[in-house]
Amino acid sequence: MTYDEVRHFADSWGLIVMVAMFLLFIAWPFRKGARRHHDEAANMIFKEDDNGRS
Amino acid sequence: MRAAYGAAERGFAMIDELVFKAGGWLALALLALVFAALAVDTPFAVHMVIVAITCLILLWSLVSRADYGAMARGLLKMPPDEGVYDDDPVRWGVLATVFWGVAGLAVGLYIALQLAFPALNLGLEYTSFGRLRPLHTSAVIFAFGGNALIATSFYVVQRTCRARLAFPAAARFVFWGYQLFLVLAATGYVMGVTAAREYAEPEWYVDLWLTIVWVVYFVVFVGTIVKRREPHIYVANWFYLSFIVTIAMLHIVNNLAVPATIFGSKSYSAFAGVQDALTQWWYGHNAVAFFLTVPFLAMMYYFVPKQAERPIYSYRLSIIHFWSLIFLYIWAGPHHLHYTALPDWAQTLGMVFSVVLWMPSWGGMINGLMTLNGAWDKIRTDPIIRMMVVALAFYGMATFEGPMLSVKAFNSLSHYTEWTIAHVHAGALGWNGMITFAAVYYLVPRLWGRPRLYSLRMVNWHFWLATLGIVFYAASMWVAGIMQGLMWREYGADGYLVYSFAESVAAMHPMYLIRAAGGAMYLAGFLLLVFNVWATLAGKVREEKPMTETPYNAAADRPLAPVPAE
Repeated sequence: MTYDEVRHFADSWGLIVMVAMFLLFIAWPFRKGARRHHDEAANMIFKEDDNGRS
Repeated sequence: MRAAYGAAERGFAMIDELVFKAGGWLALALLALVFAALAVDTPFAVHMVIVAITCLILLWSLVSRADYGAMARGLLKMPPDEGVYDDDPVRWGVLATVFWGVAGLAVGLYIALQLAFPALNLGLEYTSFGRLRPLHTSAVIFAFGGNALIATSFYVVQRTCRARLAFPAAARFVFWGYQLFLVLAATGYVMGVTAAREYAEPEWYVDLWLTIVWVVYFVVFVGTIVKRREPHIYVANWFYLSFIVTIAMLHIVNNLAVPATIFGSKSYSAFAGVQDALTQWWYGHNAVAFFLTVPFLAMMYYFVPKQAERPIYSYRLSIIHFWSLIFLYIWAGPHHLHYTALPDWAQTLGMVFSVVLWMPSWGGMINGLMTLNGAWDKIRTDPIIRMMVVALAFYGMATFEGPMLSVKAFNSLSHYTEWTIAHVHAGALGWNGMITFAAVYYLVPRLWGRPRLYSLRMVNWHFWLATLGIVFYAASMWVAGIMQGLMWREYGADGYLVYSFAESVAAMHPMYLIRAAGGAMYLAGFLLLVFNVWATLAGKVREEKPMTETPYNAAADRPLAPVPAE
């Protein structure tokens, strides 16, 4: 693969794949039912705090 | 009889292992001494002697601390208690953060004074500005910041995964291996060893050593995530993991080089010309992104909610924050090469991505600040929260100033001036420094099992010294930078430049003095942290007026008695 081929691949298919991945990752936390998971995850750090002895 | 045989056999096997390990360290020490003897330059020889001494110290500690009694009785070592977190590397990391913080800030103050009073170069090559500057930048970024990141990442990953560190021996290797990297880098700079790459000055052999340490760090961190007892991986761990992975990639690509000889400290970069420049700033800006921003945000996402005792404002926003930084930051590097030989489209690309970065950065800042929603009074009563809030404010300020400076028209005035220095220090002192101080104050009583810090009032003093120090520092360098930029581009009626370069240097003298004063205040605040941490470790608790009191008026606190009618 020459430099020219690499850069044409990068600014066509590469760009599309990256943008699609980005949009997917951004959309993912807005899916239905995500809120419960998020609340759980956000509050998980308060579960215990005694050096793992409980 | 059979049991006794078994114990004896186990004992012999353990002795064999001990002899084998000790022999290995001795062999490595001898190998390092051979390299020292064959070295073609003195600094390389000094470094190999340091490596040999390290191997001999490890040999001595192995032999002197071995439990020979247990070996004689053939007792197996007890496995570590999985019900307790492995905090020794975290404790060492906090102490190393404090130690390197003093060194890095003191050298910073010294080189600030050198700029105001050049006589302080002392006429010695070892104490010249050119050698002490990388010592300062590496000491504060990689030694102070890096140790804080290793310590907090080991602390946070255990708490949020509710699992003991995977591979305890490897975790210890990461800590001590990283210290060896720092010592080799620091001594190298003073002796004039440099690869001349911004924020990546260590030479090829030190780079190789760091690569090994970093891969082991990755293994320990991922291993702990794999054995987690929580279904979800808390978002702070995403930030830490992206830091470890991306820094590995950046470090390896940026430092691709061919050593002139394996017995010397000199190497040549694999890249040349503008490709080399772009590689360096692709690395340089992402060092700012993935060393000084992303993992410190990991600290923010754990320590701010914990100290405020409220969950993060929006967990969803934290995920969006994460992916936006990951996808955008990596492209911003070319803004360091405006108006250079770099193709114009690449410069514009770097500028556009830098401007786009403003939004997710502020999203993250708002997420941190709004965590205090409903508990804003803690800013008044809790100096640690106050530090966190100011850290986030400076994160917001630096991530606004950065996109602004990356705009080409702006950059033509600000580039190569002290404005860049103001920007870097607003971010480093305000954001990285303050959030690290807050994390240290949070961790110290918990790690050493103390009821509280020695003194909260002292934290308050630290807060004000540091904040005012930053204000002096940033404001004086803004003025110096704008003045410098305007003086350099001032043309007279006859078409000649009005000022010589030396005149712009002389004009900055008062600003350099104010900057040094600001730096001295910041260092003074840090020395209060050192004393506070030392006193807390010594088990002292200062008798002091609390930061807040419960207002109570006994006279007013009674029912209205019925008054008989007249």
